[in-house]
Amino acid sequence: MKNIFKLFLSSIAALMIFFSSAQADSIRIGTEGAYPPWNAKDESGKLIGFEVELANFLCIYMEADCTIVEQDWDGMIPGLIMRKYDAIMAGMSITDERMKTINFSQGYADEVASLAVMKGSSLEGMDTPKAINLSTGGGDVKKALKTLTAALAGKTIGVQTATIHQNFLESGDVGNVKVRTYKTQDEVNLDLAAGRIDAALAAAVAFTDYAEKSGKPVVLVGPTFSGGAFGNGVGVGIRKDDTDLLKRFNKAINTARKNGKISELAIKWFGFDASM
Amino acid sequence: MDLDFMLEHLPRLLKATKLTIQLTLLSLFFGIFVGVFFAALRTSGNKILYYISYYYSYILRGTPLLVQIFIIYFGLGQVEWIRESFLWIILKEPYSCAIIAFTLNTGAYSSEIFRSAFETVNKGLVEAAKGLGLNKINTFFKIKLPIAIRQSLPAYGNEMILMLKGTSLASTVTLLDLTGVAKHIISTTFRPVEVFIVAGSIYLIMTFIIHNFIKFLEKKYNYN
Repeated sequence: MKNIFKLFLSSIAALMIFFSSAQADSIRIGTEGAYPPWNAKDESGKLIGFEVELANFLCIYMEADCTIVEQDWDGMIPGLIMRKYDAIMAGMSITDERMKTINFSQGYADEVASLAVMKGSSLEGMDTPKAINLSTGGGDVKKALKTLTAALAGKTIGVQTATIHQNFLESGDVGNVKVRTYKTQDEVNLDLAAGRIDAALAAAVAFTDYAEKSGKPVVLVGPTFSGGAFGNGVGVGIRKDDTDLLKRFNKAINTARKNGKISELAIKWFGFDASM
Repeated sequence: MDLDFMLEHLPRLLKATKLTIQLTLLSLFFGIFVGVFFAALRTSGNKILYYISYYYSYILRGTPLLVQIFIIYFGLGQVEWIRESFLWIILKEPYSCAIIAFTLNTGAYSSEIFRSAFETVNKGLVEAAKGLGLNKINTFFKIKLPIAIRQSLPAYGNEMILMLKGTSLASTVTLLDLTGVAKHIISTTFRPVEVFIVAGSIYLIMTFIIHNFIKFLEKKYNYN
């Protein structure tokens, strides 16, 4: 009897050691799987995309065991805080608003936002510069925002909920546009193609990817946006108290930048070098 | 739990409750007509009408409401000839799509409730009406319908509550109802627990009102 008890205790101890060591080096990364080409799913339901591949490389550099967890976009940050996963890699831009709740690693890629319309829309051919940076401000930016305000007055614009794009439209920088929010970018694209909304705002690559795959005549209009409400690039979201993990991710991102991995993956998925 | 935080967002949630109530009442209102119509087909004695009603209810009750609302909103929006027809004036708007989906859904459930209620109407009463010289239409409206309505009250009260909760799916087609606004607040504050507790309580209060309303009607029309 005594022996059985001893065996029982020692096996529990062994199990505990096993699990604690597995825990120490396993990182769960949350992604949406519905924002191609950043992160998406193939026909078999496997997660693919720029961030899924980048995550795997970062984990190799961190010498960690990673699992990628799927999570709806609108529950992304709550899911991180509730420890469903330890890091977010979901095309999430680094913004001051999000920084109040979570930390971000250094940026690994630049997300350029743009408006999109269906070919033949009255919004085509707006007279604006190619790109505006809201952080720099200045006369050009003000003039471009004025042009946009006039062109978008009374229009309905679709965005994915809880995104920098929604924040920008609701900030009043382009006047009082009607904002319609969707759970996924897919649904934004569907309603843009169906003509329920006059325009949509998202990462430029999200529209070019959709136009290419669906064959629908979706075209980008107006300037590309960066800075201000659009944040400072896309980074890994990490809980505030996880400072060690933050350091590890920063180091791994440095490695991936220096050895050209980020550029390589960006060119593969976006068609241009979006690394930063 | 942060009470101040909950109170701070309460007005916005209450404002969104207006849309939830609107969706519920309109869907239930139209749903009653759809339900009575199909229940009448079902009990008409005509075989073709019977099967039309049977399969309508079978399909609508056999598929999730979420799927139905997606088919009507995103599905029909993909069909080009619908987009070019006059139907698009109605189907373009998420609001009317939601009302259509909810009405068809609650109509199917109500038709079953009304049908079984019609079937409980005592045959003797119908025959007595015949004996008094009432025609079919008068028998339906003066004898069968009032009795059936009373019979269906408990089950229909249930359906009202289910419909109220079902309207939360309006948020999936961009409408900012109570659930939609709750999700919206969560997405900027990242605090799901507090917001959902407030939203859940508002639903609970509305359910309480419906529940007692039905109880009141049951008592009032109790002829046993």
